Amino acid sequence: MRVRAIPGFGLSIGVALTWVSLIVLVPLLALAVKPWELGVAGVIRSLSEDRVLASLALSFGTAALAGLASLPIGLLLAYAIVRLRFLGRRILDGMVDLPFALPTAVAGIALTALFAPNGWLGAPLQAWFGWKVAFTPAGIVVALVFVALPFIVRTVEPVLRDLGRDAEEAAATLGATRPQALARVVLPALAPALVSGFGLGFARAVGEYGSVIFIAGNMPMVSEIAPLLIVIRLEQFDYAGAAAVGLAMLLLAFAVLLGLSLVQRGLRRGRA
Amino acid sequence: MSARFRSAAEDAPWARALLALAAVTIGILILALPLAAVFTEALRRGWGVLRAALAEEDTMAAIRLTLVVAAIAVPINTIGGLAACWAIAKHDFPGRRLLVVLVELPFSVSPVISGLVFVLIFGAQGWLGPWLQARDVQIIFALPGLVLATIFVTFPFVARTVLPLMQEQGREEEEAAATLGASGWQIFRRVTLPNIRWALLSGVLLCNARAMGEFGAVSVVSGHVRGMTNTMPLHVEILYNEYQFAGAFAVAALLALLGLVTLAAKTVLERRGRRA
Repeated sequence: MRVRAIPGFGLSIGVALTWVSLIVLVPLLALAVKPWELGVAGVIRSLSEDRVLASLALSFGTAALAGLASLPIGLLLAYAIVRLRFLGRRILDGMVDLPFALPTAVAGIALTALFAPNGWLGAPLQAWFGWKVAFTPAGIVVALVFVALPFIVRTVEPVLRDLGRDAEEAAATLGATRPQALARVVLPALAPALVSGFGLGFARAVGEYGSVIFIAGNMPMVSEIAPLLIVIRLEQFDYAGAAAVGLAMLLLAFAVLLGLSLVQRGLRRGRA
Repeated sequence: MSARFRSAAEDAPWARALLALAAVTIGILILALPLAAVFTEALRRGWGVLRAALAEEDTMAAIRLTLVVAAIAVPINTIGGLAACWAIAKHDFPGRRLLVVLVELPFSVSPVISGLVFVLIFGAQGWLGPWLQARDVQIIFALPGLVLATIFVTFPFVARTVLPLMQEQGREEEEAAATLGASGWQIFRRVTLPNIRWALLSGVLLCNARAMGEFGAVSVVSGHVRGMTNTMPLHVEILYNEYQFAGAFAVAALLALLGLVTLAAKTVLERRGRRA
């Protein structure tokens, strides 16, 4: 029973709304309005430049690839942290959050040092396989995997923990083999979490700047990400053009996330 | 339990060993090696070079500026975040869910766009640009711009860490205090705040780590004037692009250390919060 409303609503909502409006709403409104100074045709022309299309394709493509590559890796790490007992498990658990805590510029120069042709990983990869990672689009994917991985681990982990072992044991009594139990029972239960982890990682990776620009090489049309193009347009005082790229990125990313949430709803309904 | 049953309900010992080995290998390759690379590069030329690199005047200026920016941005987001959480968790009003979405929104915006939006408003060709120029007020390429961009990117941290806990704790205690005649401020300070203190501290630390480490957003609004508008992460970039690797990795190691300390503190606080 509600005895009495808690006082203090006016002040707290006033502070909260001022804070949200000044810092988030008004600036994002500026982003939504600015591109149209060019007119509709101007915005379309500005966005259909080859260099813009190439950078958007690169940003969204590498982010999707990195998200996909992070799925099995993140699943393995979550499984190891929740289900296995081994030396260093708690350290591994803590380390998973490292990409959240490490400033992106630091991650950027660290990964570049590692994957450069003379780096700890770059040298053997080049010598054994002839792969060049740093200063190519492959380097971008590597940096984005680093960025996206914790989102997948931390989304899957609690679901796996809550899942318990009952379902697997039930599958076992019904005569399933271990691979069958994992593929038919565990994996479908984790699928919605994998999708939302992918979405979070992807959203972060699409806009990522600091950890990418050091390793990317930043060649126009080849390894120039969309956020970098925004910076370049700003340096040329093309504010409206920069805002157009920014708005396009945001809207495309939201469209992808919306699509993923529909997929997720489908997965949940399929199980119910 | 039959052997057949166990073999389907649990991983075989060899499979467990293999999976653990794979997880540790990946952890080392993806997570530990980059960190090791930073500290190795920073210490490669010895402690003396590292200390000299950090003591350089521009580096000290960058450290000071980073501290100033965080000292302004973090309290603002703490107060705003707490106010939003308290309003959302302890009161009913239309649009509560919309407010939650708005508070979390900056997390899904690219850092570069987070800086861009303030250039669009305050930059030379921005909405208020001519007006500010006429009055000789500099926001972009100056401290206010750095602070605004930092507030934007670190906006959700405190609210996001505290809100789930506040909602979970419900309103009974606050309602009891209200019945006893306590004012809103008294209730917040004596009832709510003690209940959320560990989560709040954790949120503040995460907010601070991101504020000090932010790169993309501040890069857009900074103008990169050494000794003036260069924060630590931006200074890493300048030194790196000038092939001054000793200095770049020295500053990077300092930032990495900040990240590690934050991570450790967060782990400890989470354990505390669970026990409390």
